[in-house]
Amino acid sequence: MNIVVCVKQTADTAAAVTVENGKVSWGDVPMILNPWDEYAVEEALRIKEAHGGKVTALSLGPENATDALKLTLAMGCDEGILVSDPAFAGADSLVVSKIIAAVIDKIGDVDLVCFGRGSVDSDTGVTGSQVARRMGWPVLNLVSEITDLDPDGKTLSVERMLDESRQRVRASMPIVLSVVKEINEPRYPSFMGIRKASKAEIPLWSKDDVGLDEVPQSAVSWPEIFAPPKIETEVEMIEGDTPEQKAVKLADRLLEEKVI
Amino acid sequence: MANKIFVYIDHFEGRVVPASLEALGVGREMAKTIGGGVSAVVLGQNIDDIVQQAGEYGTDEVHKGDDTALKDYRGEAYASVLSAVAADADVLLFPTTGRTRELAGLVAVDLETGIIPDVIDYEFDGSSVLATRPVYAGKLLTKVVCAESRPQILTLRSRAFFKPEADSGHSAEIVDIGVDIGDMATEVIGYGESQAGVSLTDAAIIVSGGRGVSNNASLESPADISDEAEQEIWRAQQGFKLIQELADVLSAAVGASRAAVDANYIAYDNQVGQTGKVVSPDLYIAAGISGAIQHLAGMRTSKTIVAINKDADAPIFKLARFGIVGDLFDVLPPLTQALRERMGL
Repeated sequence: MNIVVCVKQTADTAAAVTVENGKVSWGDVPMILNPWDEYAVEEALRIKEAHGGKVTALSLGPENATDALKLTLAMGCDEGILVSDPAFAGADSLVVSKIIAAVIDKIGDVDLVCFGRGSVDSDTGVTGSQVARRMGWPVLNLVSEITDLDPDGKTLSVERMLDESRQRVRASMPIVLSVVKEINEPRYPSFMGIRKASKAEIPLWSKDDVGLDEVPQSAVSWPEIFAPPKIETEVEMIEGDTPEQKAVKLADRLLEEKVI
Repeated sequence: MANKIFVYIDHFEGRVVPASLEALGVGREMAKTIGGGVSAVVLGQNIDDIVQQAGEYGTDEVHKGDDTALKDYRGEAYASVLSAVAADADVLLFPTTGRTRELAGLVAVDLETGIIPDVIDYEFDGSSVLATRPVYAGKLLTKVVCAESRPQILTLRSRAFFKPEADSGHSAEIVDIGVDIGDMATEVIGYGESQAGVSLTDAAIIVSGGRGVSNNASLESPADISDEAEQEIWRAQQGFKLIQELADVLSAAVGASRAAVDANYIAYDNQVGQTGKVVSPDLYIAAGISGAIQHLAGMRTSKTIVAINKDADAPIFKLARFGIVGDLFDVLPPLTQALRERMGL
């Protein structure tokens, strides 16, 4: 199995994100591997452990964004590739999918591409689908379990989380999957893994390395980014001598204020 | 003249996803600015009821793709049909669901155009839609525009827009789509059990539990559970029973914090927050949830928040309209009872 797992480096979700003059800042929290992607990395590693093969972690970002890739190597990925070029700045999902599809093409003979369900920063959750479409491959998003995988017959069966129910689907490979956190429990990197990762060189692929002569124009742009209006609430603490009194008073207040 | 606004109607097992109707309302509003009518697109098999419903909610035309190959939602098949139908649209709207996030992304590639997911508000900038969407799980908002490519593809977040009134007298012109789907790389085998009760993202009221639901030391777990972790889960399940009872009285959905899900108290499907579902109900009751920043990110736009927590300093009280300092095990049963009486149940 030749597996590619696509990851993104993001700010820690504990960050109190602020914005000033259109520039986003998340204080001094560390940059981390996008939490959703940990599950994608773990699933890719489990498939490799069960069926053999290779796992390549792939990330698109600024040229210093190697921490997330180092973590994937420490977890056990065989190789990391950072795709980075000043020409990629401001790329929307349409362009990002084109770049990633070109990289996967270049890697060659890929059976399976794993994504997390989205990134916790831009939160669009569409990149995996768009990469698949560019490759002409099927995509199954929100996979909560791979129930069966036949590396020789190049088929797999999954269960995926729709809003109302789980859908069971059989599909042929190559394929793109996005996974949800229910699928597994990501491992912690081993001491040996961390040592190996700290020494690893992460190759940087520019647009020329990717084989894109020209970076297409993004279709969408985001002219404004701003803090949401502050929610002005004055909390009304419900007092009473006993929990019952408080509960009854709350019920009355909710009805008085027509909340219910 | 062909209509400029297309709305994709998402449905599952014969039921229209409510946000599809909200999308129809947005489509009608947009048509007032950019002109033309509104076309709905319904794909599936045996979908006459859904087609009719789309008509009652004020579309001028419904494109109906009724075919065995479309019986189950499959991204590749649906995208091919939809991309052909909506190729000349100016705006293509979707409700936001797991299916449509995938589908909209595929169609955007087919039509080499921009996609703006999770839209919560919009205005017009000339003839382009300037859409507002949350990023960093709602900690920030961006305004996003697809200035040149068409159609502009937007998925609209559930409950961000009003559902229009139905008019049973109104009916739309039905246009049959010739569906010709060849072999597909995917095959739907079946479905698991449907989620019981109200879906979190559509719910008008949500009652959520956090780590605090297991915090009732006076509860004795049954003798046959000796493992400490399992005892904790058992206690938590008793706590979630109280939450479920309150939810039942209010016809509400049950939510949970990440802490409760990670501790295996309740399924991941119920998780609200940055790494779960982002919700925006009229009323959000948080019981035993302290209010970690990741949780607040997933529910802060709720209209009214009620917090019940033992810790008077819990951050959740800062967002709350009403607060009770107290143990959820003591407060929820009388609250459920009081509401049941007052609502005549």
